[in-house]
Amino acid sequence: MRYAETGFDLEVDLTRGNIDKVASDPDSVERYLGGQGSAAKILWDRVPPEVEPFSPGNLLIFSAGLLDGTPVPGANRTSVSTINPQSNLYVNSGFAGFFGPELKHAGYDKIVIRGKSPDLVYLWIHNDKVEIRDAGHLQGKSALETASLIQKELKDPNIQVAAIGLAGENRVFQATIEHANTNTSRGVGVIMGDKRLKAIAVRGTKDITVAGPAELFEICNRHYQEIYDNPHCGDVLLSEEDNSWHVNNLAWGNAGGRIKGYWTKELKDEWAVQVESEHITQQWENYSQEFEEVRETVVDKSTRLRGTGCFNCTKECHQAYSLPGQRKYFLKSFCKLAYAMAAYEDLTFNYNILADMQDYGLDEFSMPQIIAFAVKLYEAGILTEEDLPDFPLDGVGRFSYLLGIIARREGVGNALANGIYLAARQIGKGAEKFDHTAKKIEQEPLKLDTANYAYFLMCATGGKMNIAQIEGSFPQIPLPDKEEREQFVKNWEAAPERFKEWFLQWAPGQQFSLEAAVDIVDWNEAMHYVDDAIGMCPLLSSFRGQFGGRPPYHLYNLPRFISLAAGVDLDSDRLLEISKRNRQLVRAINVRRGLRRADENQPEEFWDTRDSEIEQKHLDAYYAFKGWTSDGVPSKETLDGLGLHYVSAEFQKRGIQ
Amino acid sequence: MSNQIRTKIVKEIKVNLDKCVACRACEVACSGFHANPKYSSFNPSRSRIRLVMDMLNDVYVPVRAGEYTSAECSGRHSFTIHGKEYSECSFCPTSCPARDLFKEPDSGLPLKCDMCEGEKTPLCVQVCRPGCLTYEEREEECGEEELKPGEMEVGLQSLIEKHGYQKVMDTFARLSKKG
Repeated sequence: MRYAETGFDLEVDLTRGNIDKVASDPDSVERYLGGQGSAAKILWDRVPPEVEPFSPGNLLIFSAGLLDGTPVPGANRTSVSTINPQSNLYVNSGFAGFFGPELKHAGYDKIVIRGKSPDLVYLWIHNDKVEIRDAGHLQGKSALETASLIQKELKDPNIQVAAIGLAGENRVFQATIEHANTNTSRGVGVIMGDKRLKAIAVRGTKDITVAGPAELFEICNRHYQEIYDNPHCGDVLLSEEDNSWHVNNLAWGNAGGRIKGYWTKELKDEWAVQVESEHITQQWENYSQEFEEVRETVVDKSTRLRGTGCFNCTKECHQAYSLPGQRKYFLKSFCKLAYAMAAYEDLTFNYNILADMQDYGLDEFSMPQIIAFAVKLYEAGILTEEDLPDFPLDGVGRFSYLLGIIARREGVGNALANGIYLAARQIGKGAEKFDHTAKKIEQEPLKLDTANYAYFLMCATGGKMNIAQIEGSFPQIPLPDKEEREQFVKNWEAAPERFKEWFLQWAPGQQFSLEAAVDIVDWNEAMHYVDDAIGMCPLLSSFRGQFGGRPPYHLYNLPRFISLAAGVDLDSDRLLEISKRNRQLVRAINVRRGLRRADENQPEEFWDTRDSEIEQKHLDAYYAFKGWTSDGVPSKETLDGLGLHYVSAEFQKRGIQ
Repeated sequence: MSNQIRTKIVKEIKVNLDKCVACRACEVACSGFHANPKYSSFNPSRSRIRLVMDMLNDVYVPVRAGEYTSAECSGRHSFTIHGKEYSECSFCPTSCPARDLFKEPDSGLPLKCDMCEGEKTPLCVQVCRPGCLTYEEREEECGEEELKPGEMEVGLQSLIEKHGYQKVMDTFARLSKKG
């Protein structure tokens, strides 16, 4: 009997049109849990470094988290793993919504896609019936439209759809996979487009069984309340009215600087779009006995229609807005500030650009940086009127213009659609100077005044390529007041003791000791690896320790949820061990693809002054802590200690050390 | 026959559509409660409450399973409430051949909400933290006690259904003359 998981993967070969239902190894739960973890194992086994990202041999794995479909609140994520064409390294990006649980109910933990279809197709999974269907009629359609068309075509509104938009079809490297009101980022959508797979539609009506029925439901039932009441979890940026901290302190990787005091009270008040329109009415004029035209200006405000959650989670991290006289719009989790941080014109612009992005299926995090990059090249005279004919003068126009040519790969958009690193080299003429990527991937804004070496490590070494997927358990900034720190630590159930000590001693402007820095980085990262294996939303767990220190899920309560659901014997130490195993496996995939110490850096201009000696010292200490050689390769002892003998044997065979 | 007014407890789940966040926790909890053993398996398809959802139109309606019907109805109304369009089916609790809701996925047998007999409040209400679903009990007059039909009445009723009043009456008259 398999609990929490179905025990089957769906293997789809798009080249030959072959579909198999394959039983998975029952031991893999105890070793990798599921989700990203067991997907990494498949990538290690079946995608050797000789396989190019765009070759039919590259796999695209949709992997529902281990706890998806169980009553554990907030476990609903699907992790998508493949080899990223931008970095030629492992990539994993998740999305939430309803897809993962539906896939489990259809009877599969994973969909493993290989090969390439000759024509645009979509995959229709209805329990044991699986079909590859023609998607010619869906070409160029946005993901939401695609979902709605498929639901109509198959006459079932309960079908869950994950799809790519125009950008994915055109193999834009920043293409997303969109589902309901969430999406992936970082280069998995481009592989879906390359495989000519427009969408996956899934409908399932099978049971998911759990190992400890009554006890599990009892703790879950209580946890709904804990999550609902906890103000420090979910998308706090959406519910928070004053976003001054993020807006004032962070700047996008390609922005020249951050103007302080940018978030004002007016901006806060204005956080609703106002649209003025002229209202004309006819009125009977008493004296002249004629109809008179009355003109008045009416100010309509945008209204928040509804906050919506994901499957089995009561946090409202997605918002539906109605813009007066315009479209209804879904604000995805975490997008509220994406554009405000990058290029604030006004809020209508903010909403419109996000809606365009959703329609094309483009990643909200890397696109503003690519657009900023293009504008900088234009200002520096590297891109000219010839490259960008009729380039508008205003910010709004430029944004839309660039979005369009990138999504359609027109003209210079064809180069920009390959991401900043490759585009800079294709454009040449000194464009490389404007490249601020790490491992060829656009990084999030972390332009801090003072160096924080723990962040250097996370940026430089993170296997998830993106700081938001690595940080989160330990606070980003110290509390200035000692008493506040003591108060924070008192309620900080999620943290092991040593982290409490380090936090208590951490005053503004102060650096962590080497020992503390590497441990903090390791813990931050470990919690994300746990979440991505079980399908838990990081906004309830790994990403939400930093504010208020009260994430609903943490190292000390997760083992009970997982044990009761999946029937595996687990405590905090064993959970950490699995997380470390998954981390080392991802590292090994990348090392086998050529990743070494020389690649581990962070974009140059993240800090004004940098001390490379201290940075290298931190790298040394971190590698030692992780059990890696000084070149960043996991040592034989480390791998064997975690039961990854097959990895160390392969390393030996290939002479990697 | 006594003339005492009798009351009954009416259990009611109230739905505030504006508060639904589309989490479908109600479906999860309902399917768990009705699993055997309790909470051993989860499957929204077995739930006796389902969320009728249309994201593009901002329509989210939790509907509880009601009676079974063997035939589709002719309801083709659409209602516009606060600017949003709902179909007649959006609010309909019937387990009906026109749609997939409220049928055991394996057997196709109809499902019906039983208000979670034995629990303080139905499970869907318990897990609905945003407060879209609330539970109410109220006493209601139910008039005089309804008489349960006796054995003979049941027998006669079925004879009438089979042969019609006239024939039964004729037969009764003939038989009573003989007596």
